[in-house]
Amino acid sequence: MIGIIGGGIIGVATAYELAKLGEDVIVFEKRYFGSGSTFRCASGIRAQFTDEANIKLMKYSIEKWKKLSEELEYNVMFQQTGYLFLATSEEEVEAFKRNIKLQNKFGVPTRLISPEEAKEIVPPLNENAFLAGAWNPEDGKASPFHALYGYKKAGERLGVKFYPYTKVIGIEKDEKWIIKTTRGEFRVDIIINATNAWGREINAMINLDVIPIRPFKHQLVKTEPIKKGQIEPLVCPPAWNDSYVIQDGEDGGVICGTALEYESNPDDVTPTYDFVKEVLKWAVKIIPALRHVHVVRQWAGHYAKTPDNNPAIGELTEDFYVAIGFSGHGFMMAPAVAQALAERIVKGRTKVPLDWEWFDPWRFERGELRTSAFQIG
Amino acid sequence: MRIVCRCNDVTVEEVEKLIDEGVTDLEELRRLLRIGMGPCQGRTCIPLVISILARKTGRRVEDIELPNARFPTRPVRVEAFVEEGEK
Repeated sequence: MIGIIGGGIIGVATAYELAKLGEDVIVFEKRYFGSGSTFRCASGIRAQFTDEANIKLMKYSIEKWKKLSEELEYNVMFQQTGYLFLATSEEEVEAFKRNIKLQNKFGVPTRLISPEEAKEIVPPLNENAFLAGAWNPEDGKASPFHALYGYKKAGERLGVKFYPYTKVIGIEKDEKWIIKTTRGEFRVDIIINATNAWGREINAMINLDVIPIRPFKHQLVKTEPIKKGQIEPLVCPPAWNDSYVIQDGEDGGVICGTALEYESNPDDVTPTYDFVKEVLKWAVKIIPALRHVHVVRQWAGHYAKTPDNNPAIGELTEDFYVAIGFSGHGFMMAPAVAQALAERIVKGRTKVPLDWEWFDPWRFERGELRTSAFQIG
Repeated sequence: MRIVCRCNDVTVEEVEKLIDEGVTDLEELRRLLRIGMGPCQGRTCIPLVISILARKTGRRVEDIELPNARFPTRPVRVEAFVEEGEK
């Protein structure tokens, strides 16, 4: 029996992958499934990273995303609408070229495009503000709601037990792990901590608080639906405060983000007014016509940041695994990470190109940091 | 066909089907059907869905927690938030 703590996309997808390999799995979620970071994410999926470990992992993850609706027998609304990064200076154009070269080396078909080409991809773009774009048409987006639900339904069909509104309040060990919850005690052979921004609380229960995750409140603003196809890729000029816009693949509203973040308790998801002004200031610089549409809502979630913005994935101590600290990349990585973790636990090896050393949960204790994972928003 | 959500064209049948499949949490129903996520922010649909949920699950209406209201409570034009001179 394997006990997963945390009912976001990582926990739920890993439960499904473990059940596929024949394991008995139970999943504990303190609120409703998806209530942490997953249901608050901006839906983007990309292989445009700036280091080998993340590029290879995300290339594999995108291949999984492409087949996910068919595998889960549920439409997760994955679409390859691309990511378009935009440069505002010559230095950035040079940096884009270096990144593109690295991505191409690992089979990601990103290319440098002109502002005119960018305008063809995103017709209402303020193309005059930019010198060039980095365009990967294979990046994309999916529905966080439907992806999680699809994994959960498929997991249920394979016998996974999902417990919502079940908070873990303590962990003990005799010959097995004992998970104490608000629904009673459960005895399991293996534990996976998939609680992301709450990851330290769980690790502290076994006195191994060695992954220094700091939760940062990250907010989004969404507009009323506009005609589909106008801003389909995620569009981001990194120099403009990492601001971005992306049209929701499901309803056509425009999701707007920017890097105005606050260190805070992950249970506090109250949005702030200064964010609305800041994010929209940049959004109308990217897409001037957005000033004429209506804002319909704003919400907040948390990035669970590690010191190098790379997650901690692996075995923390015998039969206790972690997949936490995703720093804003958990949704997009979930299919690959879930398969890798499940195969490693059950078979001892995996064909997923996940660099265990790179994501080693003990690296912070050793004072080893990785190259910071490219983050936006 | 009876509509409960006028912003996203969600029907009574769609709500009932998901409840029958075991989705009985208003937060999950809301996200899977996008009720309460349109420009009206659930003024019409949320009370209707709560009553359907109460009827089908035997819960009391007052025991079903309302979802959070999101800022702004009514749609506001983007330009109202953007300072002059930032055109």
